[in-house]
Amino acid sequence: MNALELTDLVMHFGPVRAVDGVSLRIRKGTVVALVGESGSGKSTVGRCVVRLLEPTGGTVRLADADITHLNRRQLRKHRRNVSIVFQDPAGSLDPRLSVGDIVSEPLRLMRQRDTAGPVADSLRRVGLRPEVAQRSPHELSGGQRQRVSIARALISKPSLLVADEPTSALDVSVQASVLNLLADLQRDLGFACLFITHDLSAVEYLADEVAVMYLGQLVEQGPRERIFGVPAHPYTQALLSAAPVPDPTTQRARRPVLLGDDLPSPIDPPSGCRFHTRCPVAVDRCRTVVPESRVIGEGGHRVACHLVNDDGTGPDVRRTQDTTTDTGAAR
Amino acid sequence: MSMPMPKANNGSAGPGRSSASAAPVLRVRDLSVTFRTEDGRISAVDNVDFEVADGEVLAVVGESGCGKSVTAMSLAGLLPRTATVEGSVQLDGVELIGAGKRTLRSIRGREIAYIFQEPMTSLNPVFTVGRQIGEVLGVHNGLSRAAARRRAVELLKLVGIPSAERRVDDYPHQLSGGMRQRVMIAMAVACDPKVLIADEPTTALDVTIQAGILDVLRELRERLGTSIVLITHDLGVVADLADRVAVMYAGRVVETAEVHDLFARPTHPYTAGLLGASPSAGRHAGTDRLNEIPGLVPVLAEQPDACTFADRCPRALDTCTTKQPLLTGDAHQVACWNPVREPVEAR
Repeated sequence: MNALELTDLVMHFGPVRAVDGVSLRIRKGTVVALVGESGSGKSTVGRCVVRLLEPTGGTVRLADADITHLNRRQLRKHRRNVSIVFQDPAGSLDPRLSVGDIVSEPLRLMRQRDTAGPVADSLRRVGLRPEVAQRSPHELSGGQRQRVSIARALISKPSLLVADEPTSALDVSVQASVLNLLADLQRDLGFACLFITHDLSAVEYLADEVAVMYLGQLVEQGPRERIFGVPAHPYTQALLSAAPVPDPTTQRARRPVLLGDDLPSPIDPPSGCRFHTRCPVAVDRCRTVVPESRVIGEGGHRVACHLVNDDGTGPDVRRTQDTTTDTGAAR
Repeated sequence: MSMPMPKANNGSAGPGRSSASAAPVLRVRDLSVTFRTEDGRISAVDNVDFEVADGEVLAVVGESGCGKSVTAMSLAGLLPRTATVEGSVQLDGVELIGAGKRTLRSIRGREIAYIFQEPMTSLNPVFTVGRQIGEVLGVHNGLSRAAARRRAVELLKLVGIPSAERRVDDYPHQLSGGMRQRVMIAMAVACDPKVLIADEPTTALDVTIQAGILDVLRELRERLGTSIVLITHDLGVVADLADRVAVMYAGRVVETAEVHDLFARPTHPYTAGLLGASPSAGRHAGTDRLNEIPGLVPVLAEQPDACTFADRCPRALDTCTTKQPLLTGDAHQVACWNPVREPVEAR
């Protein structure tokens, strides 16, 4: 049973093709990380899932309903089932409201009268004292504010939580406590989670499955062990190789794949495979033919790349970069 | 309090170190910075000592509010008037604290240069990048316009900008974030400074772009022998680029060591806590729990005669709250009454 099913999701803003055909399923109670760099469209996917945006095309299906084109009133009864936590807790919490009002808001919108009990429960669940309900968000630290956001998101007991860069604005030690909290809550409450982030170490820590996004499309998806262990798409390989690991001996033995700094514009994305302009191993076909996403391994490991074989073997740009490309960096 | 000279090149730290001379390029002694604010005095940096050798990359690490950026800005005399800076910062033997405006102007940009986190807000949107680099050259080297332009193209090539001859006439908005940061670096190294202060130079960038920028910094150090003070919160970036690391907490340096040594044997409980908090390769919530450091970095009006980490520290003793630990040790220094002794593998 799926908590979320996106089919060929499209979201265009005028000429900007932010999301251009994303299909993704999240099974009940699992964490799927949506990974990509700035401008990949990952946050736009999240906003479509909670219907802050109405998609241009495709469908958004929660466990029990297609919510793609529901209006505000129709959406209300589904709001209980899906919540979102944003990156910047300072910007996403109304400074004029008390913490209690912020956390109880989803219930009040659902016409629930008695909210004091659920608010106290929800605050306790995220590791805050119930008395915090009387405080104002600006009296809290960044980590505490993010806990308040999580308490608000979970108060209606949603079956799906969208977490959009929930730890990116936080310091390492605070980030650790929020990641631990999300892991604990997810295990205890059993909600499914779309974890949107650019932080690969957080992905490996929290996710069951990973979907990698590039310029509005998914290039690869599959179980965490497969994506980190045997990444097939050249972009996934480059991304993994570029993230520095906090160990000098390991890090200095690694060779990041340099892709060049110019990300193409989502207004006029490259023809064929969208990654071909930065791909170290692209061939002619990549420039003209759009690669279809196909299964290449267990657990629904899928990739959209002409050069990957059906058994998942194919180029590894982490090994071939020296002979195939000069990306223009200072080397 | 004194700090020993950094250890000689150990081979893996980079070929640039082999030319390192004995005398430090930058010598910081008893550096303290306080701010006057509406809510009273705030002590941001307390008696910080460190040295940077020729061609060395020193990473200053810590979380928000630990004083790392204030330290960096005080080195280049960039703090606002509300700041009081005490102590000594010597660049090649020339004292910068309390130096006159003329001395500072001739040193800034030429001897010591600064790269900020956000390249978009640090570049002037109405001038081409060539003109902005040329301006630096004009002020300091008195180059003609044509010569400055030629040099600007050279510098853009040095920092890995493709088609530099064309890009030199671009405006900042025509460049990607990574390209802008490369332009910032080109401006910073235009006059071949002895010391480059890079304050979170890759924090605003995506990882695939970051890798390229880190390569540029590495290249500068190796090719030009530039010393780099790298301010960062990212332990991966430290592991990638630093020769030596100073860990700051609440305005003080609590630990300093050669980079491999620091990661293998974090000795201050705060350093150990930071390393344990980062979700590194192979860690998963199903089997592993990240280390949390409860509490917050304190905002201090006065620096107490105590360890400022004591109230968050799992190893705190009575002494920690009554007497300030000073940095002790030779190559690997730590300021702690109850340091961690076991190496990482044993914990």
